[in-house]
Amino acid sequence: MAYSDKVIDHYNHPRNVGSMDKGSADVGTGLVGAPECGDVMKLQIKVNPQTNVIEEAKFKTFGCGSAIASSSLATEWVKGKTIDQALEIKNTEIVKELALPPVKIHCSVLAEDAIRAAIGDWKKKQEAAKPVAVQTQ
Amino acid sequence: MSNNGNTATQESTPSANGIKLPIYMDNHATTPLDPRVLEEMLPYFMEKFGNAASRNHPFGWAAEEAVELSRERIAKLIGATAKEIIFTSGATESDNLAIKGVAEMYREKGNHIITAVTEHKAVLDTCKHLEKGGFRVTYLPVQKDGLVDLDELKRAIDDKTILVTIMAANNEIGVLQPIAEIGKLCRERGVIFHSDAVQAIGKVPVDVTKMNLDIVSITAHKLYGPKGVGALYVRRKNPRVQLVPIIDGGGHERGMRSGTLNVPGIVGLGKACAIAAEDMPQEACKIAGLRNRLKDSIMSRLDETYINGSVEHRLPGNLNISFAYVEGESLLMGINDIAVSSGSACTSATLEPSYVLKALGTGDDLAHSSIRFGIGRFNTEAEVDYVADRVVETVQRLRELSPLYEMAKEGVDLKSVKWAAEAH
Repeated sequence: MAYSDKVIDHYNHPRNVGSMDKGSADVGTGLVGAPECGDVMKLQIKVNPQTNVIEEAKFKTFGCGSAIASSSLATEWVKGKTIDQALEIKNTEIVKELALPPVKIHCSVLAEDAIRAAIGDWKKKQEAAKPVAVQTQ
Repeated sequence: MSNNGNTATQESTPSANGIKLPIYMDNHATTPLDPRVLEEMLPYFMEKFGNAASRNHPFGWAAEEAVELSRERIAKLIGATAKEIIFTSGATESDNLAIKGVAEMYREKGNHIITAVTEHKAVLDTCKHLEKGGFRVTYLPVQKDGLVDLDELKRAIDDKTILVTIMAANNEIGVLQPIAEIGKLCRERGVIFHSDAVQAIGKVPVDVTKMNLDIVSITAHKLYGPKGVGALYVRRKNPRVQLVPIIDGGGHERGMRSGTLNVPGIVGLGKACAIAAEDMPQEACKIAGLRNRLKDSIMSRLDETYINGSVEHRLPGNLNISFAYVEGESLLMGINDIAVSSGSACTSATLEPSYVLKALGTGDDLAHSSIRFGIGRFNTEAEVDYVADRVVETVQRLRELSPLYEMAKEGVDLKSVKWAAEAH
């Protein structure tokens, strides 16, 4: 099958590859997919607690070229966005940007899931870190 | 299997070290035409265009003569006689004719067929078709090394069994089944034995007499012949096997396969078999040497790589390796100047990886990580070295990108991880 130029570019030059400390309070980690299905994405975000802006994003992906490209693109897109803005990213936008064929749409779905999972993880940490007094107000 | 179809241009481009790119190393999918085969075929397109069934003029006689020579050459390669060879359009038709032809002819005798789960779809889907028509089919499992368990086969044969169909060599993992032993068993039990031998013929010895084979599927394009032509060996005596035809018409090929013969194709198949008969011992040795060089070069430099299927009972040109933590299709994409295939099914609608690898008990994760290398007549040592280097560097790069590799290195047992369910 033929890949779009954008998929090939992300595959050859993946953006924001790497890992951040998943124990850090500012870091949210999303791990989605399963090895048996042939796709696993790990997407991490580092959020400024004052502004809720995603200042840093990293990913690692086990999957086909389209999966790698979808997650690479997702890190590019979430960077600089607030948590609420990042939650508005839709898989269909990823499909459009990368010109993914129908058989590869699941890759974009997984990337959206990864964003949501990372944000969810970060939010959970924020909740847990909130002082009890604040919660009872 | 999905392949990367190499995205490079049609024209080969010479690389720095003198080898031509892209490199073709997918010789289980098809093989390039041998120039000696082409040369022999060419006159039969133009000046010798006759119909082999034209009995009353020299145009027909020339065609018939060429067809009969091909029959002899094919027969010689597999220890048969020329009259036992009938021509078809290829392996899929041969498999269909063998299985459906026996099923219909011997229905009175029984309705049970035995095959194996790792067979080609041309066999499996034909068996499934027959199941709808009231036949009972046993799909034998295979052992971890890909071989059929003979005791299991023995137990599966009952008084209604009319046919055992087991391939000689597997198209994905190159594993050679114990054909001689299966043949002996079938002969003792009076069951017809068919083998799809398309991957084996011309690569390893196949002898219908020594192996007690009754029906054998053959195709030209897997042994450096043209596409669209194949043959079926059908035993004429001890026992005489009869088939009900699938295609009715002019009664060609002893009534088993009507239709005007594809004379140039048949000439090509015959020549390909003649070359194989001559060259097989040296060629198998050379190709196995290249395969082992590739295997050693890759596996000595990468950890956690696994060979799928028996190393001992294997086609000389086949290497099927799983590279843990790397998805096969992404690996193909990284080596797109090399034509190979993957057992990953990232492109299939079902997202199911290779059923052959799954049948060996290979986990889905490792099945997704598999690459099939098929080394053939025209591959060189320089190409093997180039392929090994490219594979090693790409696997290393993709492992740096792989969350699974990172987790494994951190000591996480990936089997114990509760993976989030996918949204689709």
